[in-house]
Amino acid sequence: MKFDLVRLIPIFPLVGVLINGLLGRRIVEKNKSLVHWIACGAVGLSFLVTLGLFVKLLGLPADKRLYDFTWFTWISSGVFHVNIGYQIDPLSMFMCMFVTGVGFLIHVYSIGYMSHDESYFRFFTYLNLFMFSMINLILADNFLLMFLGWEGVGLCSYLLISFWFSDLANAVAGKKAFVTNRVGDFFFAVGMLVLLTHLGAHGVWSLKFNDVFSHAYLLPPHLVTIICLLFFLGCTAKSAQIPLYIWLPDAMAGPTPVSALIHAATMVTAGVYFVARCNVLYSMSPFAMHVVAVVGALTAFFAATIAVTQNDIKKVLAYSTVSQLGYMFLGLGVGAFAAGLFHVLTHSFFKALLFLCSGCVIHAMGGEQDMRNMGGLRKKMPITFASMLIGTLAIAGLPGFSGFFSKDEILWQAYSSPQGSHILWLIGLLAAVMTAFYMFRLIFMTFFNECRASEEVQHHIHEAPKTMTVPLMVLSVLSIFGGLLGVPASLGGMNRVEHFLHPVFGLGAGKILQAAGGPSVIHKAVAQTAAEPHSFALEYELMLLTTLLVFAAIFAAYVLYVKKRDVPGRIAEGNPSFYQLLLNKWYIDEIYETVFINPLRAFSIFLWKGIDVVVIDGLVNSTAAFFVKCGNVCKSTQSGYVQRYAVSFMVGVFGLIAYFMYVR
Amino acid sequence: MNHFSFPILSTLIFFPLLCAILLMFFRSEEGKNDEFLRRIALAASIIEFLISLPLLKYFSDSIPGMQFVEYIPWVKSLSLNYFVGLDGISLWLVMLTTFFVPLCILCSWTYIKQKVKYFLIAMLFLECAMIGALVSLDLILFYLFWEVMLIPMFLLIGVWGGERRIYSAVKFFLYTAAGSIFMLVAIIYLYYFSYKTTGVGTFNLLELYKLNIPISTQLWLCAAFTVAFAIKVPIFPLHTWLPDAHVEAPTAGSVILAAILLKMGTYGFLRFSMPLFPYASHELMPIIAFLAIAGIIYGALVAWSQPDMKKLVAYSSVSHLGYVMIGLFALNIQGIEGGIYQMLNHGVNTGALFLLVGMIYERRHTRLMDDFGGLAKVMPIFAIFLMIATLGSVAVPGTNSFVGEILILVGAFRTYPVVGVFAVSGMVFGVVYMLWMYQKVMFGPVTNEANSKLPDLNKREIATMLPIAVLVFVMGFFPGMFLHKMDASVNNFIYQYQHKYAMYQAEKSASPVAHCSKGAKIAISSQATLKNGAYSLGR
Repeated sequence: MKFDLVRLIPIFPLVGVLINGLLGRRIVEKNKSLVHWIACGAVGLSFLVTLGLFVKLLGLPADKRLYDFTWFTWISSGVFHVNIGYQIDPLSMFMCMFVTGVGFLIHVYSIGYMSHDESYFRFFTYLNLFMFSMINLILADNFLLMFLGWEGVGLCSYLLISFWFSDLANAVAGKKAFVTNRVGDFFFAVGMLVLLTHLGAHGVWSLKFNDVFSHAYLLPPHLVTIICLLFFLGCTAKSAQIPLYIWLPDAMAGPTPVSALIHAATMVTAGVYFVARCNVLYSMSPFAMHVVAVVGALTAFFAATIAVTQNDIKKVLAYSTVSQLGYMFLGLGVGAFAAGLFHVLTHSFFKALLFLCSGCVIHAMGGEQDMRNMGGLRKKMPITFASMLIGTLAIAGLPGFSGFFSKDEILWQAYSSPQGSHILWLIGLLAAVMTAFYMFRLIFMTFFNECRASEEVQHHIHEAPKTMTVPLMVLSVLSIFGGLLGVPASLGGMNRVEHFLHPVFGLGAGKILQAAGGPSVIHKAVAQTAAEPHSFALEYELMLLTTLLVFAAIFAAYVLYVKKRDVPGRIAEGNPSFYQLLLNKWYIDEIYETVFINPLRAFSIFLWKGIDVVVIDGLVNSTAAFFVKCGNVCKSTQSGYVQRYAVSFMVGVFGLIAYFMYVR
Repeated sequence: MNHFSFPILSTLIFFPLLCAILLMFFRSEEGKNDEFLRRIALAASIIEFLISLPLLKYFSDSIPGMQFVEYIPWVKSLSLNYFVGLDGISLWLVMLTTFFVPLCILCSWTYIKQKVKYFLIAMLFLECAMIGALVSLDLILFYLFWEVMLIPMFLLIGVWGGERRIYSAVKFFLYTAAGSIFMLVAIIYLYYFSYKTTGVGTFNLLELYKLNIPISTQLWLCAAFTVAFAIKVPIFPLHTWLPDAHVEAPTAGSVILAAILLKMGTYGFLRFSMPLFPYASHELMPIIAFLAIAGIIYGALVAWSQPDMKKLVAYSSVSHLGYVMIGLFALNIQGIEGGIYQMLNHGVNTGALFLLVGMIYERRHTRLMDDFGGLAKVMPIFAIFLMIATLGSVAVPGTNSFVGEILILVGAFRTYPVVGVFAVSGMVFGVVYMLWMYQKVMFGPVTNEANSKLPDLNKREIATMLPIAVLVFVMGFFPGMFLHKMDASVNNFIYQYQHKYAMYQAEKSASPVAHCSKGAKIAISSQATLKNGAYSLGR
């Protein structure tokens, strides 16, 4: 298999988009199943091609694992030249593997989930368009093509959140997502343009990742910091971090497979991918790294506090996603790029699983999402229950499950890395404990105790069809065993993920060292991550502490939501203001509304009604009126009455006579 | 210079005029012949488009100067010449014109019911004037076409317009004509000046490029041209005629106005005021940049508060053309090519938006967003086209505007980074008002009974929209075939500009300045060298 075939990976979904998008309406009339055959087939083929390339890449020695495929020139003007080109390296293949793989599973799941929807073909068209954009985002070999994918996934997110547009709330949520993401893209674009023009001033007119990174030493440090922070602001929108995370919880308005695919497993991790891709730049700016770590840790904690009080099953998962993304950024920020990426991988397995399970629950409950109206589903939906329990154990980080290894790696790096600190570790630990608590709260409220739904709904509760449960099983297996890819050395593992990604993260740093001709440019953090052996004893202690606390949290959830179910309510009553604060998500939406949106809206109306109509157009019209008035004044001299002419004639004559007699 | 002996440009100018005259001879009592007349006009405009296609084939990418040149002495005593030609800057604008006129006739098929014959004549007459203005290389000839353009447009608004059509038509006419008067004075002065310095008075643009105009004179002349073009663009705050004209004009009028007439302003800067008065335009740069930024943000915010869809699109034009101006005045290849490309994109996208708004206006006789809601369910095909036009308008990557905007921004960041940062903010505002409109019109439940049974687009309407929708993506993914044809001309433009600017700079620093202290003079000259340095990076 040639590497040039990489272009097939985005082409397949694009063909799917074209066929279903243009002819979908007719295909549905003839044979509905053809629509999902095309859509799933396209993504499946992409996955197979990715797999083939992945195997081929593994066959190469580690330092040769880089291939650049230039397809055609996209934009070219003077020195500015951008190609449509794809880059095959461990990082892009790593991402592409799970994006196409998980994407394929979720496509299959959607067949069952969306089977009764009247816009069946539209849904699959959008999903394929999303895959096309996401693949471009990951495989792009330059910033601009990545930006195409970056905005493309945002667009698909918008289209899919507002998929059921007849409900205005969905449409509003979609718009909110798009606009928030555009705010992030503003910073992203500025960062990209600053980077381009400053490197250009040094003669490097390129947006290609490899060119940029190998010439990054030309940039002054403060500029690198500015660029990194601008990029990171872009990432906070896409990956739902403070301060731009607000759109993600609302995005749950979309169909559940969309939440699983876009708002949990793939798109929202784009920011993590991007920071990791730019590891060379970030490594040059300790300050930017620190910002990433702090924002990540705070988001992880902050979102977890909100998740504890939410009653909507998807909202809990949404805030959990925000929180887990915070983890990933914490990992990146302390220089543990591979650990952050490893968590992206495991998270994509168990979070997709959790969302798909919640989808089965919602499907069975006839659209009900409030956990207060659920309960006791364990017996009626055994497969869903088992899968969801596996997902929950994985996210809670129980030893042996995938989430354990990745989360622990991040926490350990936060504690031990030169970029990390004990406070960051502590915040991360607290978030982990809360995660275990609210996830088991979800499990207990949904699957245990008696069913609180109405008789009619209870009657309809059933296990999901095969197309939905098979993906669950596959993801369950991945959620359990996926962690084995990155078992750390302390537990006798190889940490394959880190070794596999090392060429990207390690060599990038090495390149800079060479180019700069000295070690001063690069921050020591990156160099140390992979190399230095650490004392296992401390690592074991921390691991044990985390695990014990997680068990304690699960036990607390069991007590509060199975045994003594009146206690949570009393706690809430005891601290009404604090409970309300959490329940209303710290009133962030309201604050943004009063501080940014409403004033801007009022200002825009003022500009129109005040400035535009009254001042500017008023000036235009009064200019015209002025000439009309002048005309009117002059007009009175041309009245047409002979008497008036005679009088003015006489006055003139007398005036002249007077002038000559008295003045001269 | 020209390997193509057939007078193709003259054909392009006068073929529509000929057809318009032909149409006059048909009888059209009580609208009996209307269908027939429409077909003739449509055929004429399509033939016109076909005639323009060889331009693309025979246009040589490597020639920076004028191609397809025709030069015929006209009034010898005044040294007026019929002098037309085409270069990489005007080529695509001519193509845009011939592309859009058939679509405009098509979209008016059932929209225009009164005085169809005269409407068609006006459209064809307008096409003649627009192409004439785009290819004229003689200032008086240009001025003639420039002013003639106003008449059919004035009639389109005044006769087939909405309720306040008279007010809007008069405002449009007087506002733009008032600006043009200054230009006429400047043109005549240029003639006088060329007579004074070279002994031969001329209106020939290419000859006038070579003049060495004293800086103080240049500033005045440039100001006069700028006023005329700035109104046409329109640059904030000279824009208030635009929303009125757009709202009252029939769909075809709005489309032509947005797609082509506004481009005459930006084209005018590029063809006339910048190369004729390089020093003065450079002095104007901060003012233009500031007004363009103000226009981008102001236009977007005001668009957001509009209840009327057509007004929203009209204000969005103010915003988009701000981008174009920033690109042109960045004075490097990315900025200018991006600016020209964005002219085309704005034509395509805004043209599409006006067409679509016209289509639902024809169905519902209202354009207020509050009267709609949930149309995506009732009119799914319409929803797709409106989405494509919206995406193009907000410059989503993969659509045409993205290419234009990114080039403009690259150009802007090279010349004035702070301006560039402000310009990027337009990206956010653009999404706000466009999605606002899309949501209000297309999404939500169908609340108004009158909307529940609206017919989706018919075949004619799909035929109108399809070429545009395809173009949005073709221009977004394959901009090379468009940009490549501009390269030589734009490179030449920048080269000439820098060359002349450096000359004026040298002249200025050489001449003794009475009021200037020595320090200030040094500051100026060092600034000049700095700027020259920057310009040598113009590629």
